[in-house]
Amino acid sequence: MPETTKLIHKYLRHDKKFPHVWCPGCGIGITLGALIRAIDRTGYRKDDVVLVSGIGCSGRLPVYVDFNTLHTTHGRALTFATGVKLAKPRLNVIVIMGDGDAAAIGGNHFIHAARRNINLTAIIINNSVYGMTGGQHSPTTPYGMKSATTAYKHIEQAFKISELAVTAGAAFVGRSTVYHARYLDTLIEKAIRKAGFSVVEVISHCHTHYGRQNKLGSAVEMLEWQRDHSVTVEKAATMKPEELDDKIIVGVLVDKDLPVYEDEYARIRKQAKKAMESSRWDSAMRSD
Amino acid sequence: MKKEKKEVLMQGNEAVAEGALQAGCRFFAGYPITPATEISEILSVKLPQLDGTFIQMEDEIASLGAVIGASLTGVKAMTATSGPGFSLMQEILGFAVIAEVPCVVVYVMRGGPSTGLPTYPAQGDVMQARWGTHGDHPIIVLSASTVRECYEMTILSFNYAEKYRTPVILLLDEVVAHMREKLVCGGEIEIINRMKPTMPPEWYIPYEDTPSGVPPMADFGEGYRYHVTGLTHDVRGFPTGRPDEIRAFNERIFRKISRNMKAISLVENYETEDAEITIVAYGCVARSAKRAVKDARERGLKVGLLKLITIWPFARAAVERVLQNAKMLIVPEMNMGQISREVKRVNQGVARVVTLNKLDGTIITPQEILARIMEVV
Repeated sequence: MPETTKLIHKYLRHDKKFPHVWCPGCGIGITLGALIRAIDRTGYRKDDVVLVSGIGCSGRLPVYVDFNTLHTTHGRALTFATGVKLAKPRLNVIVIMGDGDAAAIGGNHFIHAARRNINLTAIIINNSVYGMTGGQHSPTTPYGMKSATTAYKHIEQAFKISELAVTAGAAFVGRSTVYHARYLDTLIEKAIRKAGFSVVEVISHCHTHYGRQNKLGSAVEMLEWQRDHSVTVEKAATMKPEELDDKIIVGVLVDKDLPVYEDEYARIRKQAKKAMESSRWDSAMRSD
Repeated sequence: MKKEKKEVLMQGNEAVAEGALQAGCRFFAGYPITPATEISEILSVKLPQLDGTFIQMEDEIASLGAVIGASLTGVKAMTATSGPGFSLMQEILGFAVIAEVPCVVVYVMRGGPSTGLPTYPAQGDVMQARWGTHGDHPIIVLSASTVRECYEMTILSFNYAEKYRTPVILLLDEVVAHMREKLVCGGEIEIINRMKPTMPPEWYIPYEDTPSGVPPMADFGEGYRYHVTGLTHDVRGFPTGRPDEIRAFNERIFRKISRNMKAISLVENYETEDAEITIVAYGCVARSAKRAVKDARERGLKVGLLKLITIWPFARAAVERVLQNAKMLIVPEMNMGQISREVKRVNQGVARVVTLNKLDGTIITPQEILARIMEVV
């Protein structure tokens, strides 16, 4: 049996009726493939993996895979994931979000999760548009582009999600495109294994809406655009800022060791137990 | 659960925190807000002592999200808030309803709308607690008018949440949450834990229509890998668009509450046996009403009090019972008449329903209720 077939049998839900909701050529399927390969390499038991998502095209990803899966509300996936992880730290919690999900409605949760450094992995599939609702502009739609709500062209600047995560204090931040599918495997694997809050930004495409609205061609042409406009982190370091304007910087942007929330909280628990006797709330309630 | 009884002087919010711990709550996520903050402060000290978790989130939306996430792993979880925070929680509250995730939201009412009167009492959120989240849905809302009830009703909120797989709102007001009185804590109070699947994972149907309407709930990470979604779903938890499955799902989540109305609907009858005038009140106003009943009885008037403890679902049967001899119902509320509409709906013209509404940031006093009685007899 080919390797792919084995993975399909092992990780896709047999009782979930396919086909999936994504358009042919969509990058979310490629990301799902990379995610499955990455999890398979870690050797984690399926019972110990929790996949959490928000709303949008990316939000539909968990339903197809045989893990503990949680499809939450728009923008709030990280908050649910925080509860799951803190209540049962042995679980490996992976969060799938879109660009609107993570950077617009869920922007606050995103920066705070990065700051807090809980051991979660956030995978953000960034296709620069709200796909499921029909192609309205998102926080990552570049200046001057068209969308279903910017017929006269977009006048706002785009968020750089990875750079935002770095600034907010994430322990690990990496970026890939869906064109670099094999590299995406490795990047996601690294992020999952990392202790602390890790982010993988996946540059994807929405040929159905964004591509059509901006005459960017088919899925294949948009994938080729990703290939032609990607530079590695190392290469980018040697380039001038203006040369990087239309480039996608691919690679690991940050990888640092910070105190992980769960470890810190375990310490707090010990401290709290020690302080129990002298606690002012306690004296009222506990008999000798 | 047996525990040595002990008398203490305690604040309402403090009693909520103690009740939560007694009920087995081991996860709290919240955001500071007056007049509910004491609950967070106390649990931030006590939960880590008991191997539980306290986390202060970035807002109330995040707080309830984290609570639901924790509950999915099998841990009893709670948050506490007031009006502005509860308004933010509405979407996620609906998630807990549709995904049937047990959790408790303590809601200490203050004056509104908007920032309103953060440190003043009001009862303006009775209907919000019922209908705040979008979509038709059942909900359980409990209240308390004494510190002892703050303790007991917190435990009961967890019991109902676990038993019926639903969010439960404990609707308090600023007076009850912040006042201090004697509390006999401990004693024998039953603690209910959610039903878990006993069948092997391959036989588990996460949203199966069981006779009780409440399917057993598997913890995340215990071998029952299933899908949880805010989309309307079939018995396996997968999104559905089939009218027969949509209907069956909605019918079940209503049925699991409505068929247990008798157990859920709690009231306290005080001197209602022979009452010709019955006051229907809840929260801090029920305290004033009790005093007004005593004063009215001294004046030779047959007045009684029906105190609502369960606010939603509405105590229809209890109101119908007092209507058997009451000629008049008086509904004092610190709003423009939210529960009085329910009373009128049940009354159907049988008795005269008189309202007493106050919206000035102060409690309705026994004298005001008595004056209203004297005015209408």
